[in-house]
Amino acid sequence: MTSEPLLSVRDLRVEFSTSAGVVTAVDGASFDVRRGETVALLGESGSGKSVTAQAMLGIIPKPAGRVTGGSIEYDGRDLLALPATATRELRGREIAMVFQDPLSSLNPVFRVGAQIGEMFRKHRGASRKEARAEALELMRRVGIPAAEKRLDDYPHQFSGGMRQRVMIAMALALSPRLLIADEPTTALDVTVQAQIMDLLARLQDEEGMSLVLITHDLGVVADVADRVVLMYAGRVVEAGPIREVYEHSAHPYTAGLMGSLPAIDGPRERLTPIQGAPPDLLDLPSGCSFRPRCAFASERCADEEPVLLGAPGRPAPHSSACHHAGKVLTDAP
Amino acid sequence: MAAYVLRRLFFSVFVLWGAVTIIFVVLRLVPGDPAYIMLGPDADQAQVAALRAQLGLDHSLIQQYATYLSNVVRLDFGQSFRLNADSMSLVLQRVPATVQLASTALLVSLLIGLPLGVVAALRANTWIDRGISVFSLLGQSTPSFWLGIVMILLFARGLQVLPSSGSGSWAHLVLPTITLALPFLAILVRLTRSGLLEVVHEGYVQTARAKGLLESTVILSHALRNALIPIVTVVGLQFGALLGGTVIVETVFAWPGVGRLLIDSIGRRDYGVVQASILLVATIFVGINLLVDLIYGFLDPRVRLAGD
Repeated sequence: MTSEPLLSVRDLRVEFSTSAGVVTAVDGASFDVRRGETVALLGESGSGKSVTAQAMLGIIPKPAGRVTGGSIEYDGRDLLALPATATRELRGREIAMVFQDPLSSLNPVFRVGAQIGEMFRKHRGASRKEARAEALELMRRVGIPAAEKRLDDYPHQFSGGMRQRVMIAMALALSPRLLIADEPTTALDVTVQAQIMDLLARLQDEEGMSLVLITHDLGVVADVADRVVLMYAGRVVEAGPIREVYEHSAHPYTAGLMGSLPAIDGPRERLTPIQGAPPDLLDLPSGCSFRPRCAFASERCADEEPVLLGAPGRPAPHSSACHHAGKVLTDAP
Repeated sequence: MAAYVLRRLFFSVFVLWGAVTIIFVVLRLVPGDPAYIMLGPDADQAQVAALRAQLGLDHSLIQQYATYLSNVVRLDFGQSFRLNADSMSLVLQRVPATVQLASTALLVSLLIGLPLGVVAALRANTWIDRGISVFSLLGQSTPSFWLGIVMILLFARGLQVLPSSGSGSWAHLVLPTITLALPFLAILVRLTRSGLLEVVHEGYVQTARAKGLLESTVILSHALRNALIPIVTVVGLQFGALLGGTVIVETVFAWPGVGRLLIDSIGRRDYGVVQASILLVATIFVGINLLVDLIYGFLDPRVRLAGD
């Protein structure tokens, strides 16, 4: 793991036009992904984490969505400044993605072998036969039993977990250096979730690629992620090494999330939910977006939007976007 | 798959039985005794009675129906008293002309309708899309008989670049084909547009983009293949309308096909020919729908497996 980031997102802004008005889905998000590292992008629905991933891949749905500012530097090149053909060539080869729902993400009318093999045929000009052999190899690698027989099956003939394995095989086909997994286990059974996470962790280790894990589930990433980036209402609110952030939350939102988690070894007590509802992106409060739900909120929070700064008194990579970060740190249990 | 086809063929027999029965009933409900019409106003009672006996019209309806069914099974529709030839052979002689016209119209509709629909979907809500929408709305709502006459006036009488009627060369095929194809083409444009717009936001289209595929591959392979599934069904049903359209178009352009023969024969109460043509058209329609179901199964593997 070198310190030079593979991917560097700076002040990313993405807007969507809806019938109700323009929504700023991502509002100045910044974070890095280093080589070989696993970064968890955490946040609830509408926090902008999936849109950030789409922007990294250059597949923001047009014409409704558009990137209106910032940069996404990948291996020294700004993806947002590259021509469309150049970013398309990076997709699949350098940056690959696994989506949340493997059933809707696989094309129902093509055989899975062909869908995996397409990567080799379209990117490498492989023959049908070569692509088939490569697809078979990949299906074995991601642990699909009787892969030889299943090459010619269609997605609906697979179970949820096996479909996600197919998706992962497809994403890994060209040995990308960055894999983005958008809620890869959300649509799966709990037992299968663990298998898929283990598979992702193992493959990342083998390939030495960087992994961005997008999730709303703190537990899913606790064991696999090196660093965590928390998003709220399109902004990064806290970032840092995962244990550091979990144990010394420097943002009231993170602290709230941790407080709402049941502890398997702790005393049995009522869970503490975060008060209020997720923000309406069309009608965000002034200053800090989390203010209406925050116990620490002061007048300053309404007037001045907090920026991401080093968490006071904590080691360097830990940062928080809260005016009262120090107080949050000392008040936390 | 074979069992499915056999089952469908079995049910097709009932559909055709229904069709021939409806023809039988309708022809007998139409006012005007065929014997009178055939012999003309000067015929006397004895002549009419003799002809009625010859045609079997003096029997009870049940008897007539039984004779009729047994003849249908043997494909024997009797002599055409108007053209003095075997009814079925008369119809069969006209089939190639109708098939030529209908298949050219189908081909033209597909070749123009599908791409226009794709363009409209990709440029949704732009002036290109609106232009295509207006065109297809006009195409769908313009009656064939009117369009046919306007085309004749414009291209045959006015510009004198194309023949107004008859057959024999490719030039003769142009105006009838356009007239027949337009409504079908228009429906196809609208179906393709809406079908494609429905699937472009599907997860697998996003996946195809994430795989770094060319946008043309994403749309034409991943999206369109899925969008085609519902389109094929409607195309099959609309093909019936296309066959019906040949009746009007063949009459307007004096195209020597089954449709025109049918119209002429209805006018003269030429029962045998009417029955033979309708049975033939119904058979083609049933066959096309069977074909559509097979294509559907080919396009959508989920259906194929559920049927087995």
